[in-house]
Amino acid sequence: MALLEIDDLNVMFETGDGTVHAVNGVSLNVDSGQSLAIVGESGSGKSQTAFAVLGLLARNGGAEGSVRFDGTELLGLTEAELNKVRANQISMIFQDPMTSLNPYMRVSDQMTEVLRLHRALSRRDAVLEAVRLLDAVKIPDAKSRVHMYPHEFSGGMRQRVMIAMSLLCRPRLLIADEPTTALDVTVQAQIMALLREVQAEFGTAIILITHDLGIVAGASEETVVLYGGRIMESGPTDQIFAAPSHPYTLGLLEAVPRLDRDDLELRAIPGDPPNMLKIPPGCPFSPRCRMAAERCSIERPPLERHAEGRLRACHRAGGDVAREVA
Amino acid sequence: MTLLSVRNLDVTFDVRPPGAWPWTPSRKLQAVHDVSFDIAAGETLGIVGESGSGKSTLARAVVGTIRATGGEVLWEGEDLRGLSETARQRRRRDIQMVFQDPLAALNPRMTVGDIIAEPLITHVRGLSKAVVRDRVEAGMERVGLLANQLNRYPHEFSGGQCQRIGIARALILEPKLLICDEPVSALDVSVQAQVVNLLARLQDEMGLSMIFIAHDLSVVKHVSDRILVLYLGREMEEGPADGLVRNPAHPYTRALISAAPIPDPKIERNRTGHILEGELPSPMAPPSGCVFRTRCPVVRASCAEGLPGDMDVAPGHTARCPFGDTRPAA
Repeated sequence: MALLEIDDLNVMFETGDGTVHAVNGVSLNVDSGQSLAIVGESGSGKSQTAFAVLGLLARNGGAEGSVRFDGTELLGLTEAELNKVRANQISMIFQDPMTSLNPYMRVSDQMTEVLRLHRALSRRDAVLEAVRLLDAVKIPDAKSRVHMYPHEFSGGMRQRVMIAMSLLCRPRLLIADEPTTALDVTVQAQIMALLREVQAEFGTAIILITHDLGIVAGASEETVVLYGGRIMESGPTDQIFAAPSHPYTLGLLEAVPRLDRDDLELRAIPGDPPNMLKIPPGCPFSPRCRMAAERCSIERPPLERHAEGRLRACHRAGGDVAREVA
Repeated sequence: MTLLSVRNLDVTFDVRPPGAWPWTPSRKLQAVHDVSFDIAAGETLGIVGESGSGKSTLARAVVGTIRATGGEVLWEGEDLRGLSETARQRRRRDIQMVFQDPLAALNPRMTVGDIIAEPLITHVRGLSKAVVRDRVEAGMERVGLLANQLNRYPHEFSGGQCQRIGIARALILEPKLLICDEPVSALDVSVQAQVVNLLARLQDEMGLSMIFIAHDLSVVKHVSDRILVLYLGREMEEGPADGLVRNPAHPYTRALISAAPIPDPKIERNRTGHILEGELPSPMAPPSGCVFRTRCPVVRASCAEGLPGDMDVAPGHTARCPFGDTRPAA
């Protein structure tokens, strides 16, 4: 049994302009200790999928379908029940660490609050444990820095503090929502290396949410590509990069310049990311797809298995996409 | 021919610590120190560096929106800083800028047509409305916008389209040099390539010179002829784009290259490059000698004494590190 099983998840928001379907029929599994990347642009539903798992949707939002963690259904749990899962089983880190930390509280107080509440440690033990975890995420001089305020840390250090906090209750699943987007490249490399260590050392499963294919390549075993709230394709990361089976994945790979190649012109995907209020009835990517046929905008392609462990949703034959790669 | 020549440029800010008394002397923050480069007509210079490296300050000092405290900015051989206000304004037509956040750079209460026409009306007196309108429409079509959207407001456009509007506005005066400050980093991945390709095409068509500032070395390498690597306001390395990426001589350049992710799992997994530790030191108290030495993997005792001078790596390729050849596995 997988650690996290998301089955036919739908997330919608009631807005003044009508109902926005942010996530549509997303299903995915994460095994214990595994790393999975959810890749997508703005409006792909990647963050809302994570928020739905943790019951963090905005007030006008609702989720349907099924999210089972270790066999327990999470959708429909009360806040009190969810709080137990959120603290001890699943934790999340966000893009901007400054907005996730309380600026008025010392890091020690923020960290020990969690430990005393959820693990019933004494104040002294809690501080020791907090220092131990700050050490684990390589914050130099953790013993004295634990008593500092968030603003006294640099951006990269704050993200380390967030990661340490998220590990306080030894979660079995860590959801990282664009954890390095606000950081410089050299610091990004540090944080990604740290997440890999956390996964190896604590056996934590990681869901990495990002728009950056370069990060995904080095960080995850499985990859799910989202567009317009739907899965375009999914499968082992190696295979998806080596042989993308969906025109959108192919388009993303061709659109980013690579340091190890001399490409003369980038092959851009035309158009803009989808307006979630006006998604075409067929494939959400069809208006921008260079391989789209007439039926693509009318009839939605089902998500189907096309090889061991790989799913794709596209009317074109996989061979057509493969020929485009070559 | 050299269009723009920047010689030993310094930009220093007076900084007051928060809550300081009015009579406390302010401290000096050297945002850019001793930076020199040349740009030929039709050439693109890429400037890379992390946040706080002074790349935007450098660009603004070139345009003149920030006053340089030392050095020279020579435009076609003439020092811009010595010019009278009117002469400088005439020069400013030749240098235009494109900004990072496309929506923030556009006035939300002006129509797109008015936004694009504004530089034209400011700099060229006595144009008839019809002429302005024609030029604006041509400018919109040039960047891939529909000319009939001229009466819309910025919020009706997507991020990528707003960046096109910003580019159309920058090009309406037919400048010789376009300075792009992180023009694609706020855009979605699939839209970035559109803007990068657009800039490349316009450069070809109009014979533009460009300064392309970004933190993403992959994008910079893609668009640039030459690359300048900045760290804490100082030049680390400068050279032809291909040569600098293929054959980096400065340890900081090597670190930037090994930190840039490559979308290929096989390559990413087998990377052995050194991950740089720590973060940029405070510019208020830069390290003595080579400013990079506090994070440098090949640092030696002598690095604390005196800023290293330019070392020649190859023709037109210099690095400010005397130990450029003692490289650990990159």
